[in-house]
Amino acid sequence: MGSSSEQPVISVRDLVVGFRDRNVLDHLSLDVHRGEILGLVGGSGSGKSVLLRTIIGLLPKRAGTIEVFGQDLDRADDQTRQALQRRWGVLFQNGALYSSLTVLQNVQFPMREFLRLPEHLLDEIAATKLEMVGLSRLDANKLPSELSGGMTKRVAMARALALDPEVVFLDEPTSGLDPISAGDFDSLISTLQKTLGLTVFMITHDLNSLHAICDRIAVLADGKIVANGSISTMLASEHPWVKSYFRGRRGRLLEHSHQQTPA
Amino acid sequence: MNSDLSESSLLTTVVHPSKTTIVGSENWTAPNSARLDRLVNSLLSASERPVHTTIDMSGVQAFDTFGAWQLARLERALSEPGHEVTIVGLPQHYADLFRAVQEASERASRTKSKPRREFAGPAALGESVAKSATGFLLLLNMVGAVCAAALRSLRRPSTFRLTSMVNQLDRVAWQAIPIILLITFLIGSIIAQQGFFHFRKFGADDYVVDMVGILVLREIGVLIVAIMVAGRSGSSYTAELGSMKMREEIDALRTMGFNPVDVLILPRILALVIGLPILTFIGSMSALYGGELVAWLYGGMSPEIYLARLKEAISITHFKVGMIKAPFMAFVIGIVACSEGLKVGGSAESLGLRTTASVVTSIFLVIVLDGLFAVFFASIGM
Repeated sequence: MGSSSEQPVISVRDLVVGFRDRNVLDHLSLDVHRGEILGLVGGSGSGKSVLLRTIIGLLPKRAGTIEVFGQDLDRADDQTRQALQRRWGVLFQNGALYSSLTVLQNVQFPMREFLRLPEHLLDEIAATKLEMVGLSRLDANKLPSELSGGMTKRVAMARALALDPEVVFLDEPTSGLDPISAGDFDSLISTLQKTLGLTVFMITHDLNSLHAICDRIAVLADGKIVANGSISTMLASEHPWVKSYFRGRRGRLLEHSHQQTPA
Repeated sequence: MNSDLSESSLLTTVVHPSKTTIVGSENWTAPNSARLDRLVNSLLSASERPVHTTIDMSGVQAFDTFGAWQLARLERALSEPGHEVTIVGLPQHYADLFRAVQEASERASRTKSKPRREFAGPAALGESVAKSATGFLLLLNMVGAVCAAALRSLRRPSTFRLTSMVNQLDRVAWQAIPIILLITFLIGSIIAQQGFFHFRKFGADDYVVDMVGILVLREIGVLIVAIMVAGRSGSSYTAELGSMKMREEIDALRTMGFNPVDVLILPRILALVIGLPILTFIGSMSALYGGELVAWLYGGMSPEIYLARLKEAISITHFKVGMIKAPFMAFVIGIVACSEGLKVGGSAESLGLRTTASVVTSIFLVIVLDGLFAVFFASIGM
């Protein structure tokens, strides 16, 4: 669990979020600590994306508090909120690249708005960031509609990292990628996390990513976090959903590989 | 050292006869990167490069990719052949980042990107001519596709999407009635008011009714309604089909064995062809009513006289001339709107561009068509 004495980067307490007459998240609490990769899993429609979107302020909440870097976003004024937003990056599920800007311009966009940098520096740094996520400069002038799924995710990652954030939110970073690209993307996340010292909040369905790169896993079911801990905690859990997820047919493959590697 | 805090505290150069030491300090992070860039620029613009350089990074408190990139740039620029650069004092956790950025920037600087688009006058002119030619061909293509679809559903009427057409009819005709009523009423009133104002000077008050009747029934009624419909329904057709194209819904239809022209386009165009004449009729009546009201309140002509004059002035021919044009105009608006919708590419920008093109082109073609009809009706004496 790392250093639990330190203040968590993200702290969610008794969060209630709902639409019309249904509460999707029901008194949910969750902490994310500095420098860890937290994997959030849960069934489709269990509210994983809702939780992420509520933390980054895209959805209103009915009750509870969310503190990011020790600050409550609801009570922060516009300036503080903007300063906080610069300290996190978000990779949306479908990339959410600006469709009328080229790849390079997409990555430059936050830098251009927030840092007053000369044009050549913007070009060079954006190209370096693209290289860091494994894209060549030859792709830099393509438009988002000309990119493959894997490339879109990489560009979205480069854009999320444009301002060197401390926290990145990843919404299903490997969904829609073939196993090889997914594995590459996992190692990319892990490398970037180590080199940049990132805190990663990641929604995923990919058992391999959970196993390979996540330091901690949180399971969302019935609007609450029902299990929270390492992969061995998950395998030991008796919650029915967690059991069928990690010890189902697909999960068993993972269990075998886990037993082979001494913990 | 502390004398010049504002600029040089990020980077200080200490020159010795044998070797040069560059000392970094403070935060080498994104907010400081513009300042750091200026310092590195001025350092590198010096004419003579030192043979031995040591970059001491032990004083740097925070370091991110922006700082790492500048350090990599500094190292690359100073280590020409015969020159030597050593970096000391970089903490281990920053050294990994530095190495990653160094490799990436090295790779990035090796490949040069080519500019996306260069402006060239003649080429742009040629391109736009070619584009308008293909645009015209695409319109003809759409006409053909819609006719083929219409024939297909005539042969097998059960395949025609009646529900969809009724739904479209509701949107383009029924829901458009209030705004059409209002606009044509105002236009009719304005024409009558202008007529009374100017005709009164030479005592030709009575002929205002002739002018309002003939103008509204032959030209203005159908033209105003067609322009309104092009702006109101044509644009929404283009935007709908365009966003369906962007989200691959049209591809999904195709792969399931449906023809998008049958499913999406034919019901929409038919709804317009049925709806526009109805709207034209309603609009013309509303304009005549507006004229009557102005004649009564402003021109002092009683409604009985207005109606009697109208009966004398207009014949069923004038009414027919207006109504015959309506379905053709509807067809042109529908064809243009749908073919522009299918031209939408991947970006949000192209959706806006195509919607604009749809409205502008269909209004233009409606007016051209109106001119052609005028020539035709004149030559057959209607």
